[in-house]
Amino acid sequence: MEGSGDAMIRLSRLNKSYPMGSSKLHVLKGIDLSIAPGELVAIMGASGSGKSTLLNVLGLLDGYDDGDYHLDGVRIGQMSETKAAGLRASLLGFVFQSFNLIPFKTAVENVALPLYYQEVPRRKRNKLAEEYLDRVGLADRAGHLPRELSGGQQQRVAIARALISSPKVILADEPTGALDSQTSLEVMEVLRQINATGVTLLIVTHEREVAARTRRVIRLRDGRIEGDGPPETAFGPASFAPAVLAQASPAPLAATPPA
Amino acid sequence: MFELDTWQEILDTVRKNKLRTFLTGFSVAWGILMLIVLLGSGQGLSRGVEYGFRDDATNAIWMRSGQTSVPWKGLRPGRNVQFKNEDYDVIREGVKGVEHITSRYFIRGTLTVAWHGETSSFDVRAVHPDHQHLEKSIVTEGRFLNPTDVDEHRKVAVIGERVKAQLFKGAPAIGEYLEIKGVPFQVVGVFTDIGGEGEQEKIYVPISTAQRAYGGANNVAMIMMTVGDASVDESQAIATDLRLRIAERHDFDPDDKRAVFISNAVVEFQRFVDLMGGIRLFVWVIGVGTLLAGVVGVSNIMMIAVKERTKEIGIRKAVGATPFSVMSLILKEAILVTGVAGYVGLVAGVALLELMSRSLADAEMFRNPEVDFGVAVSATVLLVVAGGVAGFFPARKAAAIRPVEALRDE
Ligand SMILES: Nc1ncnc2c1ncn2[C@@H]1O[C@H](COP(=O)(O)OP(=O)(O)O)[C@@H](O)[C@H]1O
Ligand SMILES: [Mg+2]
Repeated sequence: MEGSGDAMIRLSRLNKSYPMGSSKLHVLKGIDLSIAPGELVAIMGASGSGKSTLLNVLGLLDGYDDGDYHLDGVRIGQMSETKAAGLRASLLGFVFQSFNLIPFKTAVENVALPLYYQEVPRRKRNKLAEEYLDRVGLADRAGHLPRELSGGQQQRVAIARALISSPKVILADEPTGALDSQTSLEVMEVLRQINATGVTLLIVTHEREVAARTRRVIRLRDGRIEGDGPPETAFGPASFAPAVLAQASPAPLAATPPA
Repeated sequence: MFELDTWQEILDTVRKNKLRTFLTGFSVAWGILMLIVLLGSGQGLSRGVEYGFRDDATNAIWMRSGQTSVPWKGLRPGRNVQFKNEDYDVIREGVKGVEHITSRYFIRGTLTVAWHGETSSFDVRAVHPDHQHLEKSIVTEGRFLNPTDVDEHRKVAVIGERVKAQLFKGAPAIGEYLEIKGVPFQVVGVFTDIGGEGEQEKIYVPISTAQRAYGGANNVAMIMMTVGDASVDESQAIATDLRLRIAERHDFDPDDKRAVFISNAVVEFQRFVDLMGGIRLFVWVIGVGTLLAGVVGVSNIMMIAVKERTKEIGIRKAVGATPFSVMSLILKEAILVTGVAGYVGLVAGVALLELMSRSLADAEMFRNPEVDFGVAVSATVLLVVAGGVAGFFPARKAAAIRPVEALRDE
């Protein structure tokens, strides 16, 4: 990995462990990683390999023990919660497997929430939220509560919420994990369109169909990066990516991932 | 801090979490309501007791003669005891601790009172000037009786406001002559009495004049006195002194309770003061208990509410909420809910007291229940603060933890 200053995300020898009583569980073991602006990256690996942990560290939702993390040129280190909140608000968007919508807020209110914390006036942010709901195809569901929406619809609301603050990076932890395969592909298509607008996108997934639709696949194994490359190589020489996915591959992106 | 948008967000949260809002609000409103009803009832009760003492001096000793009931020095029981002017003189000169003293002579027969053809019947009391202090009469026009009136057997009268109103119908009364049972008396004063309308329908005349005009010789029916600021013991010593002197002068057994009746208001008033203290202590204990229960209730609910919102807090933080904004959201909500609920409890409590006051308007022992507004407001503020403090610590904890931990909460 080159240590270029213009990487969106740069990790070097990053370690993280969880305290387990008196001992501790070492989860991320010296991760080196660089992701350029506009990349579309899948993070794969067996359950328990540390994918969510990595994504949470990247999203400043969790801290780390040692090593370095630069996000958009800013060194993270032991950052205060208040500062982290500022960076999350201005740089990051999240999509979770369990959607994490606020149950008592309507779709449009959930989408508008990030702008509340950026002090965008109520009317303006609600108008914007409706536009973003429209972009994910849910204009007619604006006034619905999360429980009145299907899983795929809830996830699209969550995506609209991640998008509304125009983040540079969107982190998605198994965004299709709770969805059927057809809905998964629809959600994936929405995410790809977002990436096409230049947003850096990291998707944790264990579904090959999903990973195959990214430009770069990082394989984690037991807290270490085991493989890093385009999807074709990630799945070995005898790639069995379904034809439908290969055919749907988009045009090459402007930012090519480092080899 | 006070942006409209923040409050809109809070109102929104409050509206959409009705059960939580209701539970928090209810415990505050209920606490305040109970406290107000309690304080008000205590007040009503003590005012009721106080009302019983409103009319007359609370440091008075009244003495009325009776009939002997035991033999004494060879004399048969069943003799009437008749007070005389000399009894009054002896007590006035001889008994220590007597402050104001008056005796009273009962005029016999119907007391028709006439002025310019207006005839009516009133209670006419033949007394000494000091009677004013015993009845707490307030002179509104002219003067009360004075010692010279008694010494010179003057035919003067002091009339109550209602007598004046009924007889004179607005015409000036001072200097006019009333005929009381055919004897003319000149009106020299008008008085009022907080004891009520009945007490203002009286006419006072000098005892000496009445004794002479209506054939009363030097007979006296009652002797009444005040004892200054004598303690209960001192007043009882005075009462004993009175009994001994009267017994000696009228030859009866000093232990014969039926020969002379003495009522000592100091003792009764002390009983009242003790009762008031008891009521106050009771109200205080229950009030503090109610408030404590309210504080515990609010604190519990706030703690549960914050716990319940952990995931929501995680979501808010993931989309950019700072710890400060999370805390202020929770605290402002707590203050809003407890504040409004406290106000509702306050209004409901006052309304309930008003209702009690009306439905118990005739009860002697329960009058004008009312709360000290400062106490009620302080209690509300205390509960609001308790809610805030109870919310503060879990809110601070929730605001400080890593978002990932909050999000993991189910
Ligand atoms: N908060 C935590 N405390 C203790 N151990 C944790 C915690 N979160 C995750 N782990 C452990 O860390 C390892 C990696 O977890 P995770 O990053 O969630 O894996 P993945 O997302 O790849 O399935 C697992 O062994 C998991 O049990
Ligand atoms: Mg995971």
